[in-house]
Amino acid sequence: MDIVAQHLLNGLMQGTMYGLVAMGFTLFFGVMDVIKFSHGDVLTFGAFAALVAALLAQSGGMGVWVQILAMFAAAVVATALIGTEIARFFVLPLRHSPTLNILLLTMMLGTVIRECLRLFYPNGGNPQRFPALLPAGGINFGRAFVRYDGLILLAVGLALIALVHWVITRTRFGLAVRAVAEDEETARMMGMNFRRVVRLTFALGSATAGVAGVMYGLYYSEINYGMGVLLAIIGFSAAIVGGLGNLWGAIIGGYLFAGLQTLAVALAPAATEYKTFFAFLVVIVVITWRPTGLLAEARSERV
Amino acid sequence: MGFWRRGITAMAAGLLVGILPQVSSAKDIVKIAWIGPLTGALSQHGIGGRNSAELAVKLKNANPATKYNYELVALDDECKPNVGVQVATRAGSDRSIIAAIPHYCSATAIATVEVYNRFKLPMVVWAAVLPEITYGKKLPEIHRVSGTLIGQNRVGAKFMADLGYKRFVSFADTTDYGKSMDKYFTQFTLENGGQVIGKFGVPPDQQDLSAELTQVKELNPEVIFFGGLTPLGTRLRTQMVKFGMDQLMEGQSGIIGEAFINAVGAQLAEGVITFFDSPRIERTEAGQEFMKKYAEAGYKEPYEAYGPFSFAATNLVMDTIEKAGPDRAKVTEGLAHVKDYASTVGPITFDDHGQNITPLTTKFVVQDGKWTVWEDSEYASGNRKLGRQK
Repeated sequence: MDIVAQHLLNGLMQGTMYGLVAMGFTLFFGVMDVIKFSHGDVLTFGAFAALVAALLAQSGGMGVWVQILAMFAAAVVATALIGTEIARFFVLPLRHSPTLNILLLTMMLGTVIRECLRLFYPNGGNPQRFPALLPAGGINFGRAFVRYDGLILLAVGLALIALVHWVITRTRFGLAVRAVAEDEETARMMGMNFRRVVRLTFALGSATAGVAGVMYGLYYSEINYGMGVLLAIIGFSAAIVGGLGNLWGAIIGGYLFAGLQTLAVALAPAATEYKTFFAFLVVIVVITWRPTGLLAEARSERV
Repeated sequence: MGFWRRGITAMAAGLLVGILPQVSSAKDIVKIAWIGPLTGALSQHGIGGRNSAELAVKLKNANPATKYNYELVALDDECKPNVGVQVATRAGSDRSIIAAIPHYCSATAIATVEVYNRFKLPMVVWAAVLPEITYGKKLPEIHRVSGTLIGQNRVGAKFMADLGYKRFVSFADTTDYGKSMDKYFTQFTLENGGQVIGKFGVPPDQQDLSAELTQVKELNPEVIFFGGLTPLGTRLRTQMVKFGMDQLMEGQSGIIGEAFINAVGAQLAEGVITFFDSPRIERTEAGQEFMKKYAEAGYKEPYEAYGPFSFAATNLVMDTIEKAGPDRAKVTEGLAHVKDYASTVGPITFDDHGQNITPLTTKFVVQDGKWTVWEDSEYASGNRKLGRQK
């Protein structure tokens, strides 16, 4: 039973990170019908921005909690800015061109971001040690071990999911996002600033990736320039399997993917190398069965 | 007019007189390729190896007694088999390159051996330790100064048994290198009376190891053996400590070097043990000389664990060219007869597969942020205890 609880906790932590990445994909698709494939690299950029902020705060003799705040602030600001600019200079001008063009363009942008980190960050090709600022240690529940930092990060992740959901469903900005997602022309006729809504949505989606990047660094104590690639593929798959364009779908997809990976290890400990293979295989089956995802767009509100 | 003509003739004669002695003493340039990871997660090892090879070339060129002037062509294989094949092909197809000193990663080296054979380019591996690189096929161009991973696992298993450890879990990456590490670790551990109660294979780029560590924790071994390279090794060490696991981490040559301690941090790295096929270079005259020259050269980066091997391989290649001449076939023939060649890493003797058969295995433990030779450590003297040591 203890081992089940431990796997459940591991899966929850991973699922939250995947869900945060998937939320970004779903927001971009919901508003603009685009797939921004640089999303994983934006996450990595956020993690590196946070690392720089932490090192600066550390050298300035700031306290631990100030350093943590500086990290999250730097990641959110850096990723929101880069997200806005991607929308302004690449997505909006190309919005009438085939979707494939934007997908390819953002994929190339992601490569540029990744290579810039590798080439211009000092020793950027090497894994970077991320400051372990959260309380170390944990509590034993039977043989299950709950890490304090894991608990804190899980709470942060869940709070962010709730916050994004609240912004989208309960605020005027969220109303504008949903209006644009439903019908761009009508939203414009109602006096909404379409370009502004798109830019802010990209800022919001990218900032969630930034937070996920910091969570990743704090949880694993290490970041590297290529970490966003697989996270983006998993996040995108999670968004698809949940129902691309649907916020809840992205979250469910994230937890489902993490759950499948964990299940594979729990059921076949001798074949752990197949866990990602197994998860993707199930995702393929689910997509074949329900091409519009588990929470199909037709039955639910977009974004 | 006559004045100008005489003047120009005199100047031309003077120039010829000045130039001729230089022309007669100018040495032919001989190119040798050095290949390793200069970018990517293992670049710290690659840059240390490249610097060491570069140092060997600089010192050789500074010696007026040499017949040739050597030029090192450093190529980046990123520790990726496909990139390795590309750069090996590039070196092989460049006829001005006479020999190569390639590869840190075994997965890359095993993918390229056929390329060197196809292009008849003699090579001396400076770091990769997979046995099949030299023993997979008998190819005349293939040689290696570093040991195979068999020796370190044999020594490691005996050492762990002597310390009283019985229950092991193997945690290896899924490349040929990791699988081979797991194979020989298991074989020698069982031979020494140990039990391998679980095996976990993970891709080298996997970030999250919590699911696997949950299973390891359930098995409750005394030792987690790691068969892989630095990036995955740092993740395993960091995450197992964060998971509250106090087992001893037993590594191997894939994690030896400053890169591991830099990435993990001195505190978390403390007490990690590893085995490395190298003599204690700080105790040999050649080793001390290398360390002194490296420091004098002013490189910013450390030479890392395999720098002395890269230095030795480069010197061996240049000395063979000095004797045989800058010709691929003759150098291949020359390398076939290497016996008791004095080097930074001890005497080198190649067997009929081109494998150096003389490496010595040294045991290391991380103590206060440094890889310390076991016999010199406070762990050996009993002042400190390893994880789960009885």
